[in-house]
This record gives sequence, structure tokens and C-alpha cells, in this order.
Amino acid sequence: MTDLTQTSSSPGSAPFHIPVWSDANWIVRIALLVGLVLIFVALAAPLIAPFDPNAQSLISRLRPPVGFERYKDGFLFGTDELGRDILSRCIYGLRLTFALALAGSVIGLLIGGTLGLLAGIAGGVVEDFVMAMVDTQIAIPFTLIALLILAVMGSSLDVMVLVLGVYGWEQYARIVRAEVKKLTQMPFVEAAQAAGATPLRIAFHHILPNVVSPIVVQFTLNFSNIVILESTLSFLGLGVQPPTATLGSMVGIGRDYLPTAPWIVLAPAAVILLLTFAVQILGDWLRDKADVRLRSR
Amino acid sequence: MLIYVLRALVKMAVTLLVIVTLVFFATRLSGNPVDFVLGDGISREDRELLIAYYGLDATIGSQYWRYLVSVFSGEFGLSFLERRPVSQIVFERAWPSLKLLLSAISFTLIVSVPLGILAAIYRTSIIGSVVMVIAFLGYAVPAFIIGILLVLIFGYTLNWLPVIGDGSALHFIMPTLAISGMLVAAITRFTRNAMLDVLSQDYMRTARAKGLPEWVVILKHGLRNASITLLSVIGLQIAGLAASGSVVVEAIFAWPGIGDLLVRSAILRDYPVLQFAVLSVAIVVIVINAAVDIAYAYADPRIRLAKG
Repeated sequence: MTDLTQTSSSPGSAPFHIPVWSDANWIVRIALLVGLVLIFVALAAPLIAPFDPNAQSLISRLRPPVGFERYKDGFLFGTDELGRDILSRCIYGLRLTFALALAGSVIGLLIGGTLGLLAGIAGGVVEDFVMAMVDTQIAIPFTLIALLILAVMGSSLDVMVLVLGVYGWEQYARIVRAEVKKLTQMPFVEAAQAAGATPLRIAFHHILPNVVSPIVVQFTLNFSNIVILESTLSFLGLGVQPPTATLGSMVGIGRDYLPTAPWIVLAPAAVILLLTFAVQILGDWLRDKADVRLRSR
Repeated sequence: MLIYVLRALVKMAVTLLVIVTLVFFATRLSGNPVDFVLGDGISREDRELLIAYYGLDATIGSQYWRYLVSVFSGEFGLSFLERRPVSQIVFERAWPSLKLLLSAISFTLIVSVPLGILAAIYRTSIIGSVVMVIAFLGYAVPAFIIGILLVLIFGYTLNWLPVIGDGSALHFIMPTLAISGMLVAAITRFTRNAMLDVLSQDYMRTARAKGLPEWVVILKHGLRNASITLLSVIGLQIAGLAASGSVVVEAIFAWPGIGDLLVRSAILRDYPVLQFAVLSVAIVVIVINAAVDIAYAYADPRIRLAKG
């Protein structure tokens, strides 16, 4: 409680309090551990993946995971319809999903944050225009926009980053604008103005550091939605194209082998769930931490 | 009230214009659709003829104008692949989609409203926590994973339910569950929050003091007052959530609806169909949102009786 009251009275210092292990309950601790493990696996993919994710081997097609009959040594999670190692593909798929979701989140944050900052500081016509765009974006289901962009520009890694980058900008714009409008009323901003600070200096030096905390929360909550969106599009065959594996496309392609080789689908599906659960739990926890109203309850 | 309604209508019109424009520029900026669809096996004269036929040789401005005129007069052209009017193709698929959506929304309300009320009443006990954890995690499960797991369990392993199409009542079960997953999670949370706001009001204590049975207090005094907020939130959220959920779920179960059509025309790049399907879904969602907005204003005396 004290940390937040302190930050509002001392602008400029890092306002986002990084919660420590001891604050967390056991669910959050598990989520944190799972998240760290997933990040490590994604980063270290080339070192820990037992096989090349795209290496095919027709004599070891559709082998089940360890513990089942016909299990083939080394292929812990089994193999897919082309004899590729599912564990390795999951690891590389996780890496790509992570990279795409991260790129998408950062781009969305930059677009939305900039527009929100602009709207909040400039006011007037600029603000009306930005907020009209935000309202419009909220009113149109994003899946439609994603399908349209992917159909028109083709499915490639670049286009996927673009689609994911557009996703969620309106949330950042809304939050940043609201925070900025609130902050510009604060005494320390008035003081800076009175001291002759330029609008740019006020924006970047006095306001931006104070918007970090709500943005971090939104970023985390948004991240799990982006993972879901990316997996869904890849699942439908509209995302990154084969043979490159993402978790969603593994489920999408493995679907054809569901009756005979369900492990092709189950392994990546489980990884997706681990990832979205962990991110969701952490995001919610951060929101509770950062929200003063909730904490005083 | 009048001003409020007018503002909602203007907002709706602006949104519609933006989506119409977006669809136009998205499909035109990607190059010449004739080249893409017909490929190489076409003579130069035929190509010129088709470009002139579709009006693709005009300036972008006049193309846009003609497009706007055709949109507002209900002319949407022929499918590249099926050679039929796109409006016909989309309308054929509207009814199956609608049936599935109605089924999913009814199921969602039947499950999530009681769960939300339970979670609000027993918010400090284990029941409340369990409901909220389920609702919370449910929000992080992609619809296609629910769909695939259902198919694996009830379709292939147990062999209880049909996997493809919309032939019988049994066909509705799995797609309904798959679409509802995220909706149930969202609406359980909304219901709980709306009920929590109401439960602490003074009139609830008064109702109990009068000696009314607890269920009457909760349902008649609690739920009824929470329902206005609840309905507006549901109205605003459900159209968008359901639209995106049904796209992937219809594709999984080969449901002959608009969602399946959207995915197929996007993969095959049948632009006229994609364009019209995107527009129709967007228009429906936007109109529903505006209607809910106005209905909410009407239900709320503070806005209804305000000046103007």
C-alpha cells in the first residue's frame, strides 16, 4: 500500500513496484515458475531440442509417446505424420509463438500508447479523432479484420506480426489517454508547466513514467489474448505456413490424425494451455497488485 | 434521450462507413484480383475484358465511389469460385449460423447466470472460489482446443456424438459447448460483479427484514436490479465474442455457417465472398451494439428522462 502512495508523490522515480516472491500465493508461484520454464525453453530451444524440428523420417511415422506400444527410442512425445519429433516441434513452436506474441504486443503497445499519449495531451479535435477510431475498433470483431488482412496480404511471418501488432492497440490508447488526462491535472505537472517545461519534456519526463504501471498490467493481460489469437489463426491454416511449426498449426494439422494419433494434437494443445494459464494468472495478479481500489478493500 | 439516441446512431453510421471503406481498400490495395484468381492460363484479350468488366481500370477514387453505390444498392457481385451472387451464398449460410449462435447463447445464459449468482452469494466460501477459478481459467482456453478435445473424447473415443455437419440435434452439442466456453467464463464474471454491487444495497436488507424467503430476496430484489447492467454488458460483449468464437468452431465442425464460409473464402481468396461475409457480420454486430446501447438508455430512467 505504501509503495503506491509514495510513487504518486514522487514522479520520475520508477513507479512500478516489482512484487516479490513472498507476496504471492501458491497459485501465482506455480504460474510464475511455469512461465519462467516456458521462457527458458523458448530461449534455449536450439540447445535443448533433441531433434531438428523439421527433420522427417518416414520409417518412424506416427509413433506414440513414451510408455506406449511401438514407442521409438528418443522420441519422448512421439512423432507426427512425417516422422518429425513432436517434442522438438513443440519446443520450436513455443519459441515462435512467444516471439510472435511478443512482437505483436510490443507493436500494439507502441501504436496505442503513442495515439493515447497524443490524444491525452493534445485534446480537442485530435482527441476526438483518436477516440472515434478506438470506438470503431472496439465495435468490429477483430477476427474479421485478421481474416481480411491475412487473405489479402497472404500468410507469412511478416503479415502475422502485422495482424498481431494491430490487435489490442485500442486498449492501450484508452488506458494511456485516461491516465494522461488524470495526470495532467496533477500539481507536479502544473509545476513543471509553470517552470517553463516544453510539452515534449512534460510528456516524456513527467507523464510517461507514471503510466508504466497500468501499461504493464494491460500488456500481460493482452499477451494471453494474442497467444490465443495467433494459435487460432495458425490452427485455421491462415498463420505461419508449413513446415515451420507454431503450436496452433501443429494442432491444426494434427487434427486429421486425431482418431489414430491423438498425441500429435495433445502435446501442443497442452503447451498452449500452460502458456495462456500462466500468463492469465500473472496478469490478473499484477492487476490486483497495481489497483489501489482493489487493494484497499 | 433524443440526443443520446442520435449520438448512438451517428456512432453506428461512422463505424459502418469505416468498415466498408476498410474492406474496400484492403481488397483493392493487394493488386489486381483478376491476375490472382485466374493465374497464367488466360489470353491477353480475355484479361483486358475481365478487368474492364469488373471496372478495375478506373481510378481508385471512382472505383471506391462505384463500390459505395453498389454496397448501398445491395449489389455485391459474383463469387470468383462459385459463379453465383455472393449475397445468395452468404444468406444460405446465415440460418445455420444463427441456430448455432442461439443455441450457444442460451446454453451460456443457463449455465453462467446461476453460477455467477452462486459465486456472488458464496464469495467467501469454497464454492465461490471454485466457480471463479473455473470462470477465470476458462477465459484462457482457446475455443479450438475445447472443440478438438470434445471431438477426441465424445467423437472418436466414446463414439457418442457426430463430428461433422448440422444434421440433427446431437450435432449441436459439441459446437455449442466449444463456442460457449469463453462466453460462460466472461458472463459468469459479469454476473458475479453485477450481483455483488446489488447485494450490498440497503433495499436487500429491507427485503430480508420484511421476512421474505432468501430466494425471493435474491431473485426478485437482487437479480432483477442487477439485470439491467447485466443485460447491457452481455449485449455489448456477446455479439463480438460469439462472432469470433463461431468462426473457428464452425470451421472445426464443418458447420455450414458464415464462420466456416469466412475461413474458407479467406484461404481460397474468394474476395467477393469474403468481402460480403465480413461486411454482413460486422454490420450485424454493430447494429446489435447500437440497439443494446439505445435499449439500455431507455431502461435507465436517468438517461430516459434527461433533457433533450
